Amino acid sequence: MRSEPLIEASGLAVGYNGEPVISGVGFSLAPGERMALLGPNGGGKTTLLRALLGELRPLGGELRVQSRCATVPQTERSQLDYPVSALDVAAMGALSRLPWWRRPGRREREGAMEALRKVGLGDLAEETFGKLSGGQRQRVLIARSLVQDARILLLDEPFSGLDRPSSEGLEALVEALAAEGRGVMIATHDLEQARRWDSVLCLNRSQVVVGPPEEVLDLAVLEETYGGAIVELPGSDARAILPPHHH
Amino acid sequence: MLEPLQDEFMRRAMIEVTSIGIAGGGLGCWVVLYRLSYAAESLAHSIFPGLVLAALTGLPLIVGGIPGIVAAALAIAAASRIPGVSREVAIGVVVTTLFGLGVLLALSPDSPPGLQEILFGDILGPTDADLAAAAVLTVVVGGGLLLLHGRLLAGGFDPGAARSLGASPGRTEAALLVLLALAIVVAVQGLGNLLVVAVFVGPAAAARQLTERIVPMIALAVAIAVLAGIAGLYLSYYVGTAGGASVALAILAFYLLALPLGRLLSARCEKRTPVEATIG
Repeated sequence: MRSEPLIEASGLAVGYNGEPVISGVGFSLAPGERMALLGPNGGGKTTLLRALLGELRPLGGELRVQSRCATVPQTERSQLDYPVSALDVAAMGALSRLPWWRRPGRREREGAMEALRKVGLGDLAEETFGKLSGGQRQRVLIARSLVQDARILLLDEPFSGLDRPSSEGLEALVEALAAEGRGVMIATHDLEQARRWDSVLCLNRSQVVVGPPEEVLDLAVLEETYGGAIVELPGSDARAILPPHHH
Repeated sequence: MLEPLQDEFMRRAMIEVTSIGIAGGGLGCWVVLYRLSYAAESLAHSIFPGLVLAALTGLPLIVGGIPGIVAAALAIAAASRIPGVSREVAIGVVVTTLFGLGVLLALSPDSPPGLQEILFGDILGPTDADLAAAAVLTVVVGGGLLLLHGRLLAGGFDPGAARSLGASPGRTEAALLVLLALAIVVAVQGLGNLLVVAVFVGPAAAARQLTERIVPMIALAVAIAVLAGIAGLYLSYYVGTAGGASVALAILAFYLLALPLGRLLSARCEKRTPVEATIG
């Protein structure tokens, strides 16, 4: 039996002030699917994620998001200095279910604690968020999205800056969450990682390709997606994407 | 030590600084966390012409302050919509213009004596109306912050994700600015146009040095604001310095004290729980 897609988009155009940043985007995300979102900086990955979250209205085409979406953004510098514990951050996920004047109470904090245990951070619940490692911070934000009860997780370059063990641990967590029926979309620059997931969407202002990585990822597609940023590694068949500039 | 309390005006001044301290300390934590210190200072300066007009026409200062702050906020919003003008530039232009207008009015031949109280405050001479306004301010700001706490915390931590968390960042920040504007209009009568921002920034910044959690930060900021207010009044009483300036200096002293104390506390904390090389 094929389950209903969590996200369906066709001919989607999204942008700012009436000017499209991305156009011609069409894909669907099924429960349990891990989709890599590949594209250069400025290629429209964040714009697409913002549209999925409902922050930007489509300028054209169709977009149907059938379930609650949660975002796992990259940590901002200001958040490292914010006076909150891991548990405080995870409990923020309960706000959307509470009336505006209520803060997360005991029951919500118990739920947040449960989510932290699930992502392997039960012991660090009382630690200050800014003192956690990069991988642990990503896990706290994933716990927050679990508290939100989101079936769709949008991760914005969650692996950048992580060491190998942290990266592998996070990837295993993503796999476990997908196995529970969640749809996960992950913006990334790591081609090898993208190849391990169920599908890949290549975006460079317009959609280059979407489908299973083994079928759609070839040099021509990567060149169209990244332009001149692709380099062939000397002495091997491997190719790499030049590191993106972070501003 | 108890001698100043014998005087009626000192007792009234202490009630005034306690009220302003509770509201200013609590609100100040969000001002600091939302990086609104510049906006707070700007709002305080921009109500100057409204206060001067109220003084010139013999109306209570609060009557001039509220339209003044609304006009300033609208002018800032309008100026920042001009293409190529950032919000910071808009605030800078609007505030200096309004402050200049206030100075022009204040230096006119018709200006009554006592206008310097608008600039430097009159913490030692609050009227019954001032005390009542400060008490109402404390209740409104405290109640507002209590109700908005969850949204403020989420919106300040992660403005990008706030909407999907059910905390509209625009509305939350607007509510915070309204509370701030209200608090400034009332507190400016005690601490003066030039010094009022001290109570919204100093105690919260000092408290931030001493704790890494929001609720203790708010409690400490309130305690510091109230203690610094009372310490400033004692200084003014015994040394004969200006009341508002003494309070501002006491707040600064608390901040300077909190800096090394905070470093000491965090060094001891790290010693007790060594940073583990946990796998992420």
